[in-house]
Amino acid sequence: MLILHCPCCGVDAEETELHAGGEAHIKRFGPGSDDDQFHDYLFMRENPKGVHFERWQHANGCGKWFHAARCTATLEVFGTYRAQTTEPPKDIRDAITAKRPGWVWREFS
Amino acid sequence: MKHYSAFAVAREALRSHTGWERAWRSPEPKKRYDVIIVGAGGHGLATAYYLGKNYGIQNVAIIEKGWLGGGNTGRNTTIIRSNYLQDPSAAIYEKSRSLYEHLSQDLNYNLMFSPRGVIMLAQTHHEVRGYQRTAHANALQGVPTEWIGPQRVKELVPIINLEGPRYPVLGGLWQERGGTARHDAVAWGYARACSAMGMDIIQKCEVTGVRQENGRVTGVDTTKGAIECEKLGIVVAGHSGQLAEMAGFRLPLEAVALQALVSEPIKPCMDVVVMANTVHGYMSQSDKGEMVIGGGTDGFNNYTQRGSFHHIEETVRALVETFPMISRLKMLRQWGGIVDMTGDRSPILSKTPLGNCFINGGWGTGGFKAIPGSGWGMAQLMATGHSPLTEAFSLDRFKEGRFIDESVAAGVAH
Ligand SMILES: Cc1cc2nc3c(=O)[nH]c(=O)nc-3n(C[C@H](O)[C@H](O)[C@H](O)COP(=O)(O)OP(=O)(O)OC[C@H]3O[C@@H](n4cnc5c(N)ncnc54)[C@H](O)[C@@H]3O)c2cc1C
Ligand SMILES: [Zn+2]
Repeated sequence: MLILHCPCCGVDAEETELHAGGEAHIKRFGPGSDDDQFHDYLFMRENPKGVHFERWQHANGCGKWFHAARCTATLEVFGTYRAQTTEPPKDIRDAITAKRPGWVWREFS
Repeated sequence: MKHYSAFAVAREALRSHTGWERAWRSPEPKKRYDVIIVGAGGHGLATAYYLGKNYGIQNVAIIEKGWLGGGNTGRNTTIIRSNYLQDPSAAIYEKSRSLYEHLSQDLNYNLMFSPRGVIMLAQTHHEVRGYQRTAHANALQGVPTEWIGPQRVKELVPIINLEGPRYPVLGGLWQERGGTARHDAVAWGYARACSAMGMDIIQKCEVTGVRQENGRVTGVDTTKGAIECEKLGIVVAGHSGQLAEMAGFRLPLEAVALQALVSEPIKPCMDVVVMANTVHGYMSQSDKGEMVIGGGTDGFNNYTQRGSFHHIEETVRALVETFPMISRLKMLRQWGGIVDMTGDRSPILSKTPLGNCFINGGWGTGGFKAIPGSGWGMAQLMATGHSPLTEAFSLDRFKEGRFIDESVAAGVAH
């Protein structure tokens, strides 16, 4: 059973309380961007077998969105953090590096 | 390869079954092949089979990191149907379904194909309209399906509760020639036929890299060393993204877990396949008597072949309302597979940015039924560079906005 700490209300929420929202930190491209950028923004997810940054909603709890760093190969959770950020905070990145040295994720690994 | 027949069974019975030979060889890899297929699931094996059978390309290796048929092909709930809405889907799934009809004879291997009929229940008014529309589309596509009312559903499925308080059964989309087949046998039958053509199936050998020169593929690195090839087919379902990365391109798909479960065996009580998409559940009865049950995918990215308990609970809870008698059944086993989901929930059968490298993936939750047709089209694409069956499923459809918006491989329906 997946348990994520909700940074908004402080509850350790189990999976039935949560709604998965897919990959986090996606850079948005709209009108004026070129076709490749728009295509990648819409369809190309990182889909790693390993460290994954993702969005979650504490749906049956406080209702707010937050971010989590999780391993898709082991289901290990490295930490959760608030949604109002464009990249994972340093303590989360350090927690990942401690367990998965050499991890990669776009520009901020 | 020795022919399987009633005569062979009688002959072996008389000599204590000492004359059966292994169904396929387990060779060490050669230095070079004309074609390498990565992934010995149903789609990879079928691709190899039709490359040999239809195009005479038999210097082929199929490389598998685990054991053949051990991926989703050996984990699915075996529903076969072709009642899709969009023309490209109807074409490839109906080709597939019609190949299944004679595949046991073609492969000389009993696939236990059972065209027992598939009903997709309509439990909301939205679904009623949707399935009536599909039935009309199927009529135009030449795929025999029929919209049936609740009374006919009850005749076909006596154990159903039509008056579920939350989701009453309002009718259904009925495909009489849909059904099930033995999933392992599909992999084994194709494997035996490929091996008999001289192809090498190399198990316990993981592909770890893709070699290329001047924009064209030249071979693969594996845990058994480097192997050269002229053409490469990537057919690895949930691991498509990994292989694409090795080959230097990206794919518009994500890997998630899909689960299934079976009950203890009981006497025959339901001789058709029933799918209830509104409540995310579907069920059929195996020849052993187990009720085979599947549901929706988990919502998050996952490579562990292990799903969440509460999704199983949701599926079973919903099915109990429609089939009250299953509330007393004990569930025996539960398992998961990693399915590759694309943005429009349709598969990708395509050339790739790397020359002579082809991809067949994105079948998501619904590709068992498509194995023969997909192999047929993929072999044509790899041998000739073009296939009318796979054309619409090319990788560039996302950029061009040519979606095949089907929910074919959606989190629910099989
Ligand atoms: C629980 C469940 C229920 C389903 N129910 C249905 C259903 O009722 N009807 C239906 O039509 N479909 C169903 N499906 C979907 C169906 O199972 C799949 O679409 C289909 O089996 C995919 O076949 P495949 O050959 O592409 O993949 P697989 O059978 O998964 O084969 C891919 C192979 O590639 C191998 N591989 C991966 N990486 C490497 C590597 N690096 N090197 C070498 N080999 C590698 C894997 O080990 C695997 O054996 C279901 C799936 C699941 C999980
Ligand atoms: Zn909360």
